[in-house]
Amino acid sequence: MLEAVVFYILASIIIGMGLLVITRTNPIASALAMVGAFAALAALYATLEATFVAILQILVYAGGIMVLMIFVIMLLNLHTDDLKPMKANGATLLLSLAGVFGGIVVPVLFIALPKGTDKVFPGTTMEGDIVSVGGMLFSNYLFPFEMLSLVLLAAVVGALVLAKRKL
Amino acid sequence: MDMLYPITPTHYLTLSAVLFGIGVAGVLSRKNIFVALMSLELMLNAVNLSFVVFSRLRGDLTGQVIVLFVVAVAAAEACVGLAIVIALFRLKETVDLDLFKSLKG
Repeated sequence: MLEAVVFYILASIIIGMGLLVITRTNPIASALAMVGAFAALAALYATLEATFVAILQILVYAGGIMVLMIFVIMLLNLHTDDLKPMKANGATLLLSLAGVFGGIVVPVLFIALPKGTDKVFPGTTMEGDIVSVGGMLFSNYLFPFEMLSLVLLAAVVGALVLAKRKL
Repeated sequence: MDMLYPITPTHYLTLSAVLFGIGVAGVLSRKNIFVALMSLELMLNAVNLSFVVFSRLRGDLTGQVIVLFVVAVAAAEACVGLAIVIALFRLKETVDLDLFKSLKG
């Protein structure tokens, strides 16, 4: 019973925050709602016994990506008058929400849901803690993990080249 | 009541699909480039959630390893995306997606 209560509270926080993200005029408000959604998602990962992913969600998403995003929003120093023309248009928003949910989300949920997902989770001894996930990362997935460092290096160099005034 | 309790993977997958839908609607309908980028992050998170759910369902940690990769690629994407936003803002003095139309035929 407790699991259900926690799930519904977290799910409503995530969906509410998600809707806030796409309706706010001020991008700072969107970013803060996004951080709330990430925190609730991290809690949901913890209930799924994926503790390492939960910690990573907070550290990298809320602590890294969103801070970078808020930093850039503040760097550009947009005024309220600049943001006015980019206000969420209620009709467009409702239309796209209806289109996406009626055209993609609901049909996919009814047609494509794989077998066996309508029973409660099987009790496993699997734990997504840092020891087991890290062990897997450094044995089976060592090569992709190393490639990832190249991806990040390319991203950093690319960002510098793009954003620098003169090279 | 049967549909609401007990909590099954379907509930989590439904939440994931709804979150993804919100992200797609945000990208389609908003003109502010920051909101569009954040909606992209919402979509990535929805996918991460379903990876973790299937990892728990199948008792296989590979799903969580993939989530790690997705998070790292999302960080790279945000980094490059925001650099592009800064470069565009320097050029056009705006973050309105509708005004970035130099490539429009």
